[in-house]
Amino acid sequence: MDFLKQNSVAGLVVQRLSFGLITLFIISVLIFIGVEALPGDFAEAILGQSATPETVAAFRLELNLDQPPVQRYFSWLGGFVQGDLGTSLANGRPIADLLGWRFKNTLFLASIAAIIAVPLAVIMGIAAALYRNTFFDKALSMTSLSMISFPEFFMAYILIALFSVKLGWFPSIANINEQMSLGAKLNAIVLPALTLTLVVVAHMMRQTRAAIINILSSPFIEMANLKGLNRLRVVVLHAFPNALSPVINVIALNLAYLVVGVVIVEVVFVYPGLGQLLVDSVSKRDIPVVQASGLIFAATYIILNLLADILSIISNPRLRNPR
Amino acid sequence: MITLLSHLRTAPWSAKIGMGMVLLTLIAAVFAPLIAPFGETEIAGDVWLFSSSTHFLGTDSLGRDMFSRLLYGARNTIAIAFLITFLSFVVGVTLGFVAATIGGWADQLLSRMIDILMAFPTLIFALMVLSVVGTSIPALIIVIALLDSTRVFRLSRAVAMDIEVMEYVEAARLRGEKLWWIMRHEILPNAMPPLVAEFGLRFCFVFLFIAALSFLGLGIQPPAADWGGMVRENAGAITFGIFTPLWPAAAIAFLTVGVNLIVDWALHVASGLKD
Repeated sequence: MDFLKQNSVAGLVVQRLSFGLITLFIISVLIFIGVEALPGDFAEAILGQSATPETVAAFRLELNLDQPPVQRYFSWLGGFVQGDLGTSLANGRPIADLLGWRFKNTLFLASIAAIIAVPLAVIMGIAAALYRNTFFDKALSMTSLSMISFPEFFMAYILIALFSVKLGWFPSIANINEQMSLGAKLNAIVLPALTLTLVVVAHMMRQTRAAIINILSSPFIEMANLKGLNRLRVVVLHAFPNALSPVINVIALNLAYLVVGVVIVEVVFVYPGLGQLLVDSVSKRDIPVVQASGLIFAATYIILNLLADILSIISNPRLRNPR
Repeated sequence: MITLLSHLRTAPWSAKIGMGMVLLTLIAAVFAPLIAPFGETEIAGDVWLFSSSTHFLGTDSLGRDMFSRLLYGARNTIAIAFLITFLSFVVGVTLGFVAATIGGWADQLLSRMIDILMAFPTLIFALMVLSVVGTSIPALIIVIALLDSTRVFRLSRAVAMDIEVMEYVEAARLRGEKLWWIMRHEILPNAMPPLVAEFGLRFCFVFLFIAALSFLGLGIQPPAADWGGMVRENAGAITFGIFTPLWPAAAIAFLTVGVNLIVDWALHVASGLKD
């Protein structure tokens, strides 16, 4: 088990992976316990005061509420892993049918936003760090600070007011369905994708700038500068390999943020995604759907965070070449 | 107080603008009943009127005066956000200091628990909890305060760790002072600068978070005026080219930009950076 030694790359990766798995397990328990914590009897709460004892009993049987909690947890989790997510309380349809398509839509929107946002943010962040304290940097810093302070829906409504109402270029409602071609889909989601991009670019740019400045102020860069190396060489050969790890970390963390930030944007644009379904189900108190979509969101978020950790370990030159 | 004021005078112009913005919002919130021409839920005219001399910002989806509701909304939203931030600091700072001063198993237990809570996206967590306990203002305050205290815990633990190894804390320990006394009289005063800057940041976050929840219809419930909820109520107007929902959204942005401008400067001062 030599490769599991402390501080070796493999050891650290295994350590993070196991922590991620434990986290996922505990989160799934917490989500499950959420139902148990419902005040009063779950069945009565859903069916209302007027339900006869027979219907309550039938409902309890249907949800397996007559079984002990531990057994129910494992059958719920077992079903989840096999793609059987139970049925919705609101319309009795299998949750897997409701979720599958919507989850794909959410990932579609988030990845389009990511494809635009990541290169843009990294380039701007590096540029701001290189030309630190110039007018360009200050203007960028002020803009991104305001972007971070804006609520997502403010940005979304400004874009709607401008591009949809005034100019009429793009639809204000991002209604897509499976029959649409990729081009039509892309046209429908221009505004939500733009909103997400603006929000996430601001965060990512600021963090990239901070990470690069941190590297540029370290002694080995000063040494390279004092040796008289030209600026491009210092940045590309000395700073970049060391900046890679924090920058990758920033990107993965912001992608995780994107997956969650999508909830508000989906509601604004009535986009048929997982976030919209989650919010609807919360107001309808359709607990099985809330549980399933919550677990999917949580798992995506945890996996992306885990990826951030692992990638930054792998890309860290100090960890890759141990002394 | 005098030193604080002279300190403020040295602030960069961006921080001064931020202070002006925050002060203006606070005045609006405190004196809302005096300034507002109409009542909070009073129906004052037709639906979605444009701005005029009687209705400074027009009317909303039920014909209530937008400007008056904006002022009352400032009260509700800011008061609740402030209460939540305060509560989250009480919980987070206490736990963080306890973890740092006791150390050992208490630190391990608290830190691992917080790690797991933080691995879960806050908005999703809040939505799930609210779906179970139902949306009410006390539930909202407790849920968000507890979720937010995890972030405060991280910072206050890190800050207290640095202070805890100082000689004066050691001296207080040897004098036989109790844990609570050390936290209150030795660690807290020295941890103040970063905590104050963090308070501003957390306030912004909580404020935006409540606005988002209200916007989703799961936060502060109507008919109480609340900026996030007001955007939701009037969202339909925008497709008719009426920009009523932009006013409360802009008000949210106004306050958070103001606080962020101050925090940016406060962080700069607290970290002792010079550039």
